[in-house]
Parts: sequence; structure tokens; C-alpha cells
Amino acid sequence: MNEKNSSLLVYTLIYFGFLYIPVLFLPIFSFNDANYMSFPLAGFTTDHYEEMWSKRNLHKALWASVKVGVVASVVSTAIALLAAKAFVRYKFRGQNVSYGAIMMPFLIPEIILAVSILIIWINLGLPLGLVPVTIGHILFCTPFAMLILIARIEGFDFSLEEASRDLGENAWGTFYRVSLPLYLPGIIAALLLSFIISFDEFILAFFLSGSDATLPMYMWNQMRFVKKLPHVLALGAVIIVFTTFIVLLAFWLRNVGQGKEKQDIAIKL
Amino acid sequence: MNENFIQINGISKHFGNVKAVDDVSFSIKEGEFFSLLGPSGCGKTTLLRLLAGFEYPTNGNLLIDGSDITALPPDKRPTNMVFQNYAIFPHINVEQNIKFGLRKLGLTDDEIKKRVDDVLALVKLEGYEERFSGQLSGGQRQRVALARALVRQPKVLLLDEPLGALDKKLRDEMQLELRTLQKEIGITFVFVTHDQQEAISMSDRVAVMSEGKIQQLSAPNELYKNPENIFVSDFIGETNFLKASTKSKDGEHINVAIEDLGDFKVKNNLNIPENSSDVVCSVRPESMMISRDKSDWDICLEAKINQTSYLGEMTRFYVEVSGINKVITVSSQHFDNQSFENNTCFISISLEDISLLQKK
Repeated sequence: MNEKNSSLLVYTLIYFGFLYIPVLFLPIFSFNDANYMSFPLAGFTTDHYEEMWSKRNLHKALWASVKVGVVASVVSTAIALLAAKAFVRYKFRGQNVSYGAIMMPFLIPEIILAVSILIIWINLGLPLGLVPVTIGHILFCTPFAMLILIARIEGFDFSLEEASRDLGENAWGTFYRVSLPLYLPGIIAALLLSFIISFDEFILAFFLSGSDATLPMYMWNQMRFVKKLPHVLALGAVIIVFTTFIVLLAFWLRNVGQGKEKQDIAIKL
Repeated sequence: MNENFIQINGISKHFGNVKAVDDVSFSIKEGEFFSLLGPSGCGKTTLLRLLAGFEYPTNGNLLIDGSDITALPPDKRPTNMVFQNYAIFPHINVEQNIKFGLRKLGLTDDEIKKRVDDVLALVKLEGYEERFSGQLSGGQRQRVALARALVRQPKVLLLDEPLGALDKKLRDEMQLELRTLQKEIGITFVFVTHDQQEAISMSDRVAVMSEGKIQQLSAPNELYKNPENIFVSDFIGETNFLKASTKSKDGEHINVAIEDLGDFKVKNNLNIPENSSDVVCSVRPESMMISRDKSDWDICLEAKINQTSYLGEMTRFYVEVSGINKVITVSSQHFDNQSFENNTCFISISLEDISLLQKK
């Protein structure tokens, strides 16, 4: 290995260390037998994990986050699928404007989105809770889902849909038998990522959830009491593992089937 | 045999200001191998897509076997298409691709199996049932696309430049195979191509298109021997254009003054009027000869040859006739192989095969 490569290696190690060492403290301290996050470690325990089983509010918050996450990811992926198909397949008036409009929640500060929804919701005289949180999450997840789906659909050969129509399938049959199976990895990737974004989201939940805490809200509330810190660390560690798994799965799915298409092109050339 | 199996009546298709197909009317016979030939952008593919139902005409109507299909969606038409890129479904195997279009035909399992087996034998793809598109060569994909369309036993098979992606040798083989296949099954083929050799060698009749209009519709040999306008004469094969003007008619013939060459009597198939100055004579390379000695052909001119370029079947000569530079293309078999460059020799033209054409 020459000098240039070793300096690149050092840089890479520092970079990844910077990224992941803080995150690693969480699981380390979650097994530490103490209420404070400080060295030296006081001994190994799984008590903090066992403690999670008995917290009714934690279970309630988890269930709330799952409900919000499922609804938000399904709705935003459905919207994103229709939008992505339209943007890739057709050229129409106002295309750039509507693309920008859908991407907007991705770009404007989340807190502004949260406050705006809060103001409208209160002026409508509606109670805060999981419904406005879900609506906020749909707005927030749709651009992510759309970017994933556009990437998938852009490689799609639309003469396949024409071939299906030509072979006697109507528009729905074509969607079901040709488009959906070929978009499916992208759709699942979009669902998973939207779910994770919703599941981890804090600011919208902070403003809009009222007394129905989601999981990040629950963690925020517990952090105020020193004694409750350890089981939040344990919870955090579980969430990190779960999230990492889902994100890896989503990225793997996004590329499924693309390899074969590349092979296709290679043979054609 | 139904002479008007496919009727195209006053069909136009406009995309914005572009008239892709411009008021076209003709009929295609039952069981015919019919080609739409023209350069890219001439409207041939649009016309095919109108027949398939992927586009709807701005004006006019379409009939197949007596029933009006103008407003029918693609899935309700008695046509099937072989796509330019074949459009094989990548997520299912060859057998499932072929069965794809049979689902709604209400066949029993036995009938489906028989049809699939028959069509696989027809396109010589037995043993490839389990393969996926990515595991097939270009020629095999083409056969899958063909099988998938034919298994539905359409009244009309539409082919959109299906041989374009294949290499020369395979293309020649497939031309012959397609032609044989079509004769065997007797289904009407409508074939789109920009390759004149392909259209001429395979078709019963060819419609040459340009700028959204049919320039000429006739049998392949007629296109070559009796082009009806300058576009067709220029597009089909090589030719030499000689400027001319007409004089008096003489029965089926007409007297013309060919620029720089003098007065001659030629056939007047297109009934071009007398005293028209906007005409050209189209002379095919095989109606010309270059020789060292004077010949007894209808026209024999002394010329000086400045340069030659050998094109295989044809040779191009850059000549000087009575002090005027001209480029002529002559069939290579019509001269002996010695160098003519910078020599005086004779250009002979046979008037028998000259086509007299009118400029627009």
C-alpha cells in the first residue's frame, strides 16, 4: 500500500468513527449497570431491557408510532407512485411546478411545516393527536417515496405496457400483471423508508401529537427524569438496530431486478 | 380473398402542428405481406400504431374485416404487434410470455397447451420455455415476440421494424423465415421498415411514405421499374436524374429534350403533359454503360472521366460531358475492369427503362 492510499484510509476511518462512535455509546450504556452515562462502566446488566416490558406508556407510544407509520407510509407511497408515474411517463403543462410543490416539504424547515399544520388544525377547532401527526407525516414522506419510485420507474420500458394492452389486457390488468410486479421492489423500498422516516420523526409529533405520544415523543418525555434514562437508552439501541435493518432491506430491494435488466442491455448491445 | 381486408379511410394524425399522417387512404388485402416503407419521421410507425390502437386518428376511420375499429382500445382489436425492441416481459419466462395474451380468450388448459406447443414449434423455440428475456439472444427474443403475438391467432400481425436490432446475417435469415412463416400461416402482415431492400425482398405490396403521405403503393418490382415520382425513384435503389422538358406526345411515348444531351423519344407511363419544363428522366444504373468504344445503344455520348469510385454492385463516375461535370452511377457489370480515369470513353443509355417523372 502506498502513502496516498494510507492517508485515504486514515481519512475514511476518522470519518466513519465520527459518524458511528457517538451512536455506539447508546448500546454500550444500555447494558451498563448505572443510571448515569459516565465512564468507567459499572458492570453488565440487561435490567434496562427488561424494564421496557413493564412500561405501559412505552407500549402505547410504540403502538401509536406503528399506526402512524403504517398509515403515513401506505398513503404517501400511493400518492408518490401516481405522481412518479405521471412525471416519468407523461409531459404535461405545469410539470415542473407540481414536481416542485410535491418536493417542497422536503426542503422547507420541518418546524415551519409543523407550526403551519398546528395553526390550521387549531383554527379548525380540531383536537390534536395522531390524526394531524399522520397528515404531517404523509406530507413529509411523500417526496422521499417519490424520489425512490422515480428512480425505479425511469428505467422502465413503457412498450411493455403497450405490449400488455396489445395482448388483450385492459389498463387495470396491465397495471396488475406488468407494471406492479416490475415496480414492486421500488414500492416496497418506498414503503419501508417512509415508515422509518415517520417512525423516527420528532418535530411534527412534538407540535401535533397532543397527549398521544409517539415513540420519539415518549423518549423525549422520559429524558427529563434521570432515573428513566437507562431504559430509554435500551429503547434507543433497539430502534437503531431495527431502523438499520429496514433501511438496508429497502436499499437492497430498490436494486432487486435491476441487475437482470443491466444484463439485458449488455446482450442487446 | 378479401381485397379490402384492412381499410384505411382518410386517416390523419396530428401531433400539435405536425401532421404525422396526412389524409391517407388505401386498402390491404387479406393474407398479404404489406410493407410501410419510408425514411424516419415519414409517418409509417404512427400509421402502424393507429392500426394497433396506441394512437387514435385525428380524422378518418379504420376497418378490419368489415368492422370499424377506429375507436377500439388495443385490447379489443383483432391485431397483435411485434415491437421494435420486442418488449418481452422481463419478470416472467418465455412460456409465460407466450401465454400472457391467452388468459382472456376463454380457452381450456389443453387448448392453451396445444397452442403454446404449436407456436413454439413454429418459431423453433422448443426447449426455451423456462428462459427469461435476459438469457436470450436478439434473434431468440424476436422469435418470442413473434410467438407471443401469433399465439393469439390475430387477423392482422403488425411488425414495427422487428429486424432493425439484428446484425446483417441474422437479418437476412429472419427475412426469409418471416416470409416463409407468413405464407405458411396466411395471416395478414403489416410490416414497417426504413430498409428498402427488406421491404422489396419480403413484401407482396409496398406503400412508400414520406411526410405523412403515401408516395406510391405497388408491387416491389413496380416501385423500382416504374416509380411514380422523384421521391420514390430516389428512395428505391440508385438512380441518375437527368433534367429534361417535354415536347409533343406520340402515342404512349413523348418527345423530350434532355438537358445537354439532345432530343429523344421515351415512354410516358405517367401521362405527363406536353411542353412541361419541370420534368426529369430517371435512369437506373443498369440502363447505363461505360465503354471504350462507341456502342449502338439509344444514346451514346463521348465523355471524359475524371474520377471513379467503386461501390461494389455499382460504380460512381465523375464525368465531363461537353464540358459539363456530371456524376453518374453505373452497374459494375456494365464495364470492363480497366481504369477509365482521365480517358475519353463513351456513356451509353438505354431509353427502354427510362422513367419520365414530373417535379412537384
